[in-house]
Amino acid sequence: MSVASLIGAEVEYPRGRALGPVDLAVGEGEILALVGPSGCGKSTALRLLAGLEAPTGGQVTRAAGRGETAVVFQAPTLAPWLSARANAALPLELAGVPAAEARRRADAALARVGLTGAETARPAQLSGGMAMRVSLARAMVTEPRLLLLDEPFAALDEITRRALADDVLALWDASRPAIVFVTHNVEEAVYMASRVVVMSRSPGRIVGDFPVAGPLPRPAHFRAEPGFRATAEQVSAALAEGIAA
Amino acid sequence: MRGIAYALAPFALAALLLAGWEVACRALEVPAYFLPPPSAVAVSLVENFPVLFRAAWQTLWVALVALAGASLIAQALALLTALSPLLDRAIRPLASVVQVTPVVALAPLVLIWAGLDHPGRALVALAVVVAFFPIFSGAAAGLRSADPDLERLFDLYGASRWQRVTRLRLPAAVPFLLEGHKVGAGLSLIGAVVAEFGAGSGGGGGLAWQILDAGNKLQTDRMIAALVLLGLMGVVLHALLERLERAGLRWWRGR
Repeated sequence: MSVASLIGAEVEYPRGRALGPVDLAVGEGEILALVGPSGCGKSTALRLLAGLEAPTGGQVTRAAGRGETAVVFQAPTLAPWLSARANAALPLELAGVPAAEARRRADAALARVGLTGAETARPAQLSGGMAMRVSLARAMVTEPRLLLLDEPFAALDEITRRALADDVLALWDASRPAIVFVTHNVEEAVYMASRVVVMSRSPGRIVGDFPVAGPLPRPAHFRAEPGFRATAEQVSAALAEGIAA
Repeated sequence: MRGIAYALAPFALAALLLAGWEVACRALEVPAYFLPPPSAVAVSLVENFPVLFRAAWQTLWVALVALAGASLIAQALALLTALSPLLDRAIRPLASVVQVTPVVALAPLVLIWAGLDHPGRALVALAVVVAFFPIFSGAAAGLRSADPDLERLFDLYGASRWQRVTRLRLPAAVPFLLEGHKVGAGLSLIGAVVAEFGAGSGGGGGLAWQILDAGNKLQTDRMIAALVLLGLMGVVLHALLERLERAGLRWWRGR
């Protein structure tokens, strides 16, 4: 049973084809990484899965309904006039959840990403990594079945990236949503995902699909294990082939 | 040392210019009706202070009422343009027409409409016309300034039109509204003075009328004194609004 799927989905813009046709099924509770060069349509695929965009051809099925899908963008995308708490509570507020309950759940979501004590801070007072954590808390506050991340850590430094990758895996472990995330960092993809899907540029097709063995969340030295290295090599090779093709 | 020099530089230049003016007037024996020395202007400012102050207050009052009116009308119209693309298409060209029409040219017409017995209303209406555009265009731009990804989040969570306006677009517009009001306030003062000139003696009582009246009587010192007061008022208003804007921005983004 898949949470969401693309069936021969394609997206055609006036300036050309952005995606597909692509077949992709996101299984319940799986962590799927979409990797590919810039402009290969991976963000477009993500927007289709989110229901933020409609395909111009083919089909999109979504078992996760409104309120069960959450998106985290490349930038934290917080409202500067709202506190961390109010930002995290926004999805609940829009859904008409009573203020007291929304506040309690927002604080709990912030606590899960290690931001206890920063509830009243404004985005301008937060570091890039903290702002991204608020964005994650906002996404998780509705306890979604499907979490979509569009190059969420691209603007952060390596140490913060790695810390956030573990944060995402811990969040996943708590409620086991299906996660689809877009990245062009092969190591990040293999580290975080249970399955890595490689896409090639124009017209945006899937050229590789690799399961990643190993427990989730990852053990301490997972990046040093031979299995990790081998899968990363495979993904890199597919990526290079896709770019050359 | 350098800091002090920087702080004093504008005052030093002003003092130098005033001194040069004073000396030139005395040395060249310039007739007072043509160009009185700054000392004569200062004396006139002190002597006529009650009259000039009342006139300045009247002009400022017109400007403030006009600012309030322009603020209401401009923001209401901007909100309409944000809610409906059709209204946007309809309103924008008209707003531009209002912007490019010189207020002096409108004055006689507005005076007739306001009724010749109510020149005050005409002055306010004319100043509103001048202050309207920066507030309107600021609000219209601000209401479209929300982060597109935040807009997508509102789509994702099925926000209603009302939630989108009150929770996203209006708060996102705040910095633009502050900027628009700052510019609009300065313009409303200019608008009030220009409207007084346009209204002529009918405008009665404001600073522009003081300048016209003093001019007619060749009391050039009183004329310049009124100008000085007008300049001071503009500077103070501008400084005040800049502080308000900065304080508003600090409140908006929390630091």
